[in-house]
Formats: sequence, C-alpha cells, structure tokens
Amino acid sequence: MLKDKDRIFQNLYNDKGSDLVASQSRGDWVNTKEITNKGRDWIINEIKESQLRGRGGAGFPTGLKWSFAPKELGSRPHYLVINGDESEPGTCKDRDILRFEPHKLIEGCLIASYAVQAHVCYIYIRGEYFVDGQKLQDAIDEAYEKKLLGKNAAGTGWDLDIYIHYGAGAYICGEETALLESLEGKKGQPRLKPPFPALIGLYGCPTIINNVETIAVVPTILRRGAKWFASLGREKNTGTKIFCISGNVNNPCNVEEEMSIPLKELIEVHAGGVIGGWDNLQAVIPGGSSMPLIPKDRCETLKMDFDACVEEKSGLGTAGIVVINKDQDIIKCMARIARFYKHESCGQCTPCREGSGWMWRMLERMAKGDATKDEVDMLGDVTTQIAGHTICAFGEGSSWPVQGLLRHFKKEIQERNNLDPIVQKKNNIPYLVDQHLLDKKNA
Amino acid sequence: MSLRKPAKDQPDSFEFNPSSLEAANNIVAKYPKGKQQSAVMALLYIAQRQNNNWIPLAAMKYIAKFLDMPYIKVYEVATFYTMYNLSPVGKFFVQVCTTTPCMIRGANKLVEACKEKISENECELSSDKSCSWMEVECLGACVTAPMMQINDDYYEDLDKEKTSEILDKILNGETPKPGSYRGRINNEPENNRKTLTDLKNA
Repeated sequence: MLKDKDRIFQNLYNDKGSDLVASQSRGDWVNTKEITNKGRDWIINEIKESQLRGRGGAGFPTGLKWSFAPKELGSRPHYLVINGDESEPGTCKDRDILRFEPHKLIEGCLIASYAVQAHVCYIYIRGEYFVDGQKLQDAIDEAYEKKLLGKNAAGTGWDLDIYIHYGAGAYICGEETALLESLEGKKGQPRLKPPFPALIGLYGCPTIINNVETIAVVPTILRRGAKWFASLGREKNTGTKIFCISGNVNNPCNVEEEMSIPLKELIEVHAGGVIGGWDNLQAVIPGGSSMPLIPKDRCETLKMDFDACVEEKSGLGTAGIVVINKDQDIIKCMARIARFYKHESCGQCTPCREGSGWMWRMLERMAKGDATKDEVDMLGDVTTQIAGHTICAFGEGSSWPVQGLLRHFKKEIQERNNLDPIVQKKNNIPYLVDQHLLDKKNA
Repeated sequence: MSLRKPAKDQPDSFEFNPSSLEAANNIVAKYPKGKQQSAVMALLYIAQRQNNNWIPLAAMKYIAKFLDMPYIKVYEVATFYTMYNLSPVGKFFVQVCTTTPCMIRGANKLVEACKEKISENECELSSDKSCSWMEVECLGACVTAPMMQINDDYYEDLDKEKTSEILDKILNGETPKPGSYRGRINNEPENNRKTLTDLKNA
C-alpha cells in the first residue's frame, strides 16, 4: 500500500477543510514563485520526466501535450482549458478534487498556464456539479482576494484569470473538441482532428486541454521532483491515481493509490471485498463504462495501470472500477450501458447515432431472451461498423463494452437466445424501428 | 441521441428581471469581446432559474437578441443539452440516476418510490403540479450509489424508504437536507478506512 506521505490528495476525505489556510498548511501555494522562476522549459521537462499521463481516460503524456503549444506568443492568445466534465459511469474523482482540494487545481492552473503561456483559463464543469462548482468558485474568489490570481498572480509576474463554465448534461462534452464547441456556445459536437487544439482550439487559438486530476497533481510533482513521482508505479505508468470503486462491493469508495496496484488489492483491502465474497465476483469494468469488462479469472492478477489493462484488451480509462457480482445479470448491465450511449450520442456521425440505438435494442432483447441465434454475431458486426468510423472516440467507447461482453460472455448470451432466425418464424421484432421515438411521448 | 420537444403552452413574452440581467452581464464579461455567444449556456440557466425551472421559447428569442446571435443557434443549444427543461417540471425536479453503477445497487427501487409518490410516468407533473421526476444518465456520484438529484442538490446512499421520506418532504414544500443518507460526509470507505488515518484521528 502507498505510504500516506506519498499521497498527493491529503484532503481527499475532507478531514482538514478545503479553504486557503488549510490548503497552505498542506503545502499548496508555498513559494509558487520559485517554481515558475525556474522557467517554462524546466517545468515542461520535469513533467515529461515524471512520465505523467493524462488522467482523463486516454493517458496521453502531459509534458508532451504542453510542448505542442507554440513557443512564441503570436497574435492569437493562448488558452488553458480544464476538463471537469466528468460523466463517465463509474467515475467520481474530479468531484472530490473540486470540492475538497480546489487550491491544488487552481495552483496547477497557474503553473500550467505559465508553462503554455495562457493568460486565461476556463474550467469546464458538468452542470450537475453545480454545488461542487460553487465551492471551487469560492476558492477562486479567495485566491483573487489573496492576490494568488489576477495581475501578477502569486508574485510570479504572470497574469491569469480563471473562469468556470458549466456544461448542461452532455456526456460528449468530455471529448476535448466537443468541449471547445460547447465553450464557444454551440452544440457539443466534436471537431475533426487535425487541426489539433494545441494549434487551433478555442476561438481558433492555441489551446491546451487537461483533465482536473492531471492539473491538480502538477504542483506536487514540481515540488517533490519528477524522480519521486516516477519512482511510484512502473515505467511509463508512474505516480498515483484516484481510483473510484463502485458497484457490488461492501465499501464503495474513492481512494488514492499507486499506479500498477493489483485490482484484487484495491477491491479486497480498500473497498471491503466483493459482496458475497471474492468467489461471487462475475466481472469488473476497470476504467469507466467505455472500457471492456474483464471476467473474474483475469481479475486475480490484473495490475491497474494503462499498459497492463491494454494487455487484457481493456483500458485504465478514468480508473472508475465497477464491480459486478454474480447476483447481477451481466447482459442487463451491458444493455443499460448501451442505453447510456444511445442517449448520449451527439448525433453527428451516422454509424454512432444509429448504431448505438441498434446495440441497445438488440441487447435489451438478448437480456430477455428474445433475440435469434444469428443476432449474436450480428451484434458483433454492428460494433465493428461503429468503432473507427466516427469523428471522435465515442464510437469506440460505445462499442467496446459490447465487444467485451461478446468476448467473455458469448456463451451466456447464446444459451439464453436460441430462437430460430426471424425470417423463418416470422417473429415480429422491429429492430429497424426507432422504438424510443414511438413509445415515449414526454421524452 | 435524446429526443426533446418544447412544451405546447408557451408564454408570449420573456424578459430578464434586474437580478438576472446583472448576472447575465457578469457572465458575458467572462468571455473575450465578440465571443459573447459563449455565454449562451449560462444565460439559459439564468432564464431557467427565473422562470420556475423551465425555459420557454420566448426566453430563447430574448437570449438570442441579448447575445446578438441567431435564434436557431440558441434553440439548437437548448434542445441539445439535457439539463435545459423545455417544459414545466415543477418547483422540485427529481432526477434519478439509473445507469449501471446505480442500477446494480438498486436504483430501480428509487424509481418505484418516485412512481408511487409523484406520478406514474416520468416527466409528468405531480397532481399538485409541484414536482416531477425522470430517469437520467450517470450523475457522477457512483461510489455513493444509488442516488438522485433534486434541483441542484445530490441525495446519496439511498434506498426505497429514505427516498420516500425525501419525496414526502418535497411534496410538503420543504427542501430536504442534501448529501449522503447513511451519514457519509465524503467518499471514504465506510468503517474501513485504511489511508490517511493520522489526519482522521488528529
């Protein structure tokens, strides 16, 4: 288990309060000037050496991302945008940072803004977190009052303004270019890449977008050194991470742990074990709903980091661990996730808009045992026609969980669904009709 | 995609009251000159707050003029994002999360309670028109599942009984205490905390 002194988020459980004085006693805002005085190149290099990877799901190296920002400030201003549109089912880590460790985030914003030469930073928070966003706003107001933000912020000689922008219930706005569209006051529909936001982003200006957790760990890394951060976890999967363990466990919780910690340790030690005992475990979704599930036998040895999860054909994603035990109907669980994706598709690309509904309706029928034999393969076919054929990664995110289900639980589906093909039996199964448009008048 | 339709009965006009107007001007000032369109989402929230929790078409037209942008662009935004209520939802708007992490911890019991207490169907006003409920997608409080949101506040660690108690309160016009209903003040493992114990006991 990680030593307490190596935990970055000392106030994850709000033992000491989240105001400025309490935060300073934990080491926030102490000599921020000294860090920025070492210069942009030093900061970016240090972050590169720490091998910090983005905590928002994709795991892109943060230092590398920062280095994409133009070196010279041209005619267009630079922007820093913080992605706090945490909507991935199973994930609730950013909420705790917003409400309990806001000053870590604000200080991180200042350092990152300095590193990428941005004078304005927008923090995009999902609309449902309004109360938690207000707590962050209080912290921002406090920081302005103490001259830690605004002109010559914290004596660093750098001017920075931070504004909060609330989303309004669209999962897709967690995708970085959709988030920019939303910030510009449009529908949150992702943009084509390239051009990448680092060159053409918010209002057509160079923009760096980072997750809340990524930015919040930056000040601690720079204070304690890249070597310390890189010594935790393993090569290319360094540092600590907040894991959210939900679902059928005795003590669902958020906990900060070292990268590469065994999944079993997380569940057994921190979350109090699976309900009904470890043998009652059916499957685990390791990184938020868009990552394929992992069946019990692989969970025994799985290490929780980016590369180990990829080896299991899944992913660490946002580290939102959803534990599903044998009391649950796994097909029903996945059908509910498919419904989530049907609901949240932005509607821009046809394969995703239509396909996500197809997957949901087929899975609902499979959960009831109303599907035909050949539909199981057809479902797999639908997923491959969505993944890779859309503008953003939502196509992958919606089809991967279904592919995971087919990979590990195909037998269960086939046992339950053994109807003959509909053509022969003339079963009236309207899977080309958008049922959800017909049966909900008030939707 | 979610399908959203504006209400049939629409008021003829809408205007910001002085406090909304002040808030709106403050929001517009956050964005660079000429980029006032960015404020549209926040302004729709202000309109929603002023107009008893829902946004009439007249408000969209008003906001379009206010921000000097085409009405259809405001309409697009208001219909795209699910948190803008396009028809009356009552003073208390109950949103029950039923996505998988909540589902496997019994969110359907919360839905049952809503059906019993508020109305048989979702998005339907209760008999006294004070509240309505709907199933929503993940609200991002998965470790305190099952949970629901009433207006801005989260109600976590619920079961059917506690949900019924909360709903009784709002039907009486009271605002129940938000937060966890098992006494948690944060997301620590209940009675099983193994980390940062010095801080807890200090």
